[in-house]
Amino acid sequence: MQDFAASFFEAFRLVLGLDPGLIEIVLLSLKVSMTAVFIATIIGLPLGAFLAVTRFPGRGIVIVTVTALMGLPPVVVGLVVYMLLSNAGALGPLQLLYTPTAMIIAQTVLVVPIIAALARQTLEDLNGEYRDQLMLFGLGSLARLRTLLWEGRYSLMTALLAGFGRAVAEVGAVIIVGGNINHVTRVMTTAIALETSKGNLALALGLGLILVIIAFAVNALVFLLRAAAERSAYA
Amino acid sequence: MHEVVRSGPQAAAKPILPVSAERLFVRRKGRVLLDIEALTIGGRGTTVLVGPNGAGKSLLLNVLAGLRAPDSGRVLWNGEPPNRQRYCRFGMVLQRPVLLRRSVRANVEFALRAVGSSAEQARAQAHRALEAAGLLALANASARVLSGGEMQRLALTRALAAGPDLLFLDEPTSSLDPASMQTIEAMVRNASEDGMRIVLIAHDLAQARRLGDEIIFMHRGKIVEHAPTDRFFGAPATPEAQAFIAGKILI
Repeated sequence: MQDFAASFFEAFRLVLGLDPGLIEIVLLSLKVSMTAVFIATIIGLPLGAFLAVTRFPGRGIVIVTVTALMGLPPVVVGLVVYMLLSNAGALGPLQLLYTPTAMIIAQTVLVVPIIAALARQTLEDLNGEYRDQLMLFGLGSLARLRTLLWEGRYSLMTALLAGFGRAVAEVGAVIIVGGNINHVTRVMTTAIALETSKGNLALALGLGLILVIIAFAVNALVFLLRAAAERSAYA
Repeated sequence: MHEVVRSGPQAAAKPILPVSAERLFVRRKGRVLLDIEALTIGGRGTTVLVGPNGAGKSLLLNVLAGLRAPDSGRVLWNGEPPNRQRYCRFGMVLQRPVLLRRSVRANVEFALRAVGSSAEQARAQAHRALEAAGLLALANASARVLSGGEMQRLALTRALAAGPDLLFLDEPTSSLDPASMQTIEAMVRNASEDGMRIVLIAHDLAQARRLGDEIIFMHRGKIVEHAPTDRFFGAPATPEAQAFIAGKILI
């Protein structure tokens, strides 16, 4: 019990003392997950928008698939990306395995379905409400879509934050494709797993603390954005 | 009220009137929703659509507006199928007005920008339109916090702002208090006097009498009677119309 208390104390000291090792890990985590969300937005938002406003045979199946992919197990994504990037894989010649880029790729794969599915839902609902009126404004399909994206900006932001929350908290994919190499691919989640198994609870707890704070902050932001969206939507 | 600088797409767009329909037919799940042999909306004045719920009044307006494609038959705007370039000559207030999640002023400016006004023109025109509608005090309020009457007035102001040749109104005063209803009716009457062609769905016959130059009575997807207002109310030709005016429910 005394050990745990000491670990807590040490953890706070590391966080408050801005321990350089700890800061490095946190910054890499943020960099990897933010980049992944950025790329996933570029892919997922247009995909969601396309699914929201177009009708084509097989659309239902695509939507079910994208929505189901929101629940992709990170470990499986890690495994598939590992196989692609390993020397024997299709992308082997790029020599990306065990680099931050590999981790960004894996997290992007995890986040794209989240952003695409949530954006699809948001934009489809909005389109149902706005379609006739935007037609009456004489807007073409691209201008209508642009208007929908702007009108749905708060809800769409929550989709991005949900994606970021998933990316920054997952451990299965990044540990497989990143390898948890110190100073290179060690992020918060992989470091916590490693330090815990080594018995170095102070560092693990310190990182855990920061991870929880980030998760809290993201969720608080989601909540605030929802409130802003509702204020702009209703009375 | 509608001294609007015609510029950009609006000046270039072809006329929209007369709007005509030929052999319109819409069926859903075996039920005939719309079955119109022929209809032409041209000339001047205000046409009021009346009929029981489910008669196809809203559907007819939506089809004429080019928002819904009929199963068969066609709609022509001055001899050509509806196209989006000509929406700048056409205004419509939907049954449930859709206001953008922006300020009252921005809602009107958006509509004006969409028909090709410059930002500067749009600002000036929106200001005049809001002033005429008595909405200037609310110009910077969020459109989504307005009362029902204010929302309808804004939707109508937005539809009128660009000075369309033809205006459709789908029950513009349903569920409004008497004062709001009077304001809306006055705006409609003014627009009509300015020469705007108006087609309006009325949920109450007193309003149809007040606003209509002519009445179209619909029942079960068909136009049963199409007559000047006085004749429709004074001497309805069909038993259905007589029953409807007498307040008997039609199924």
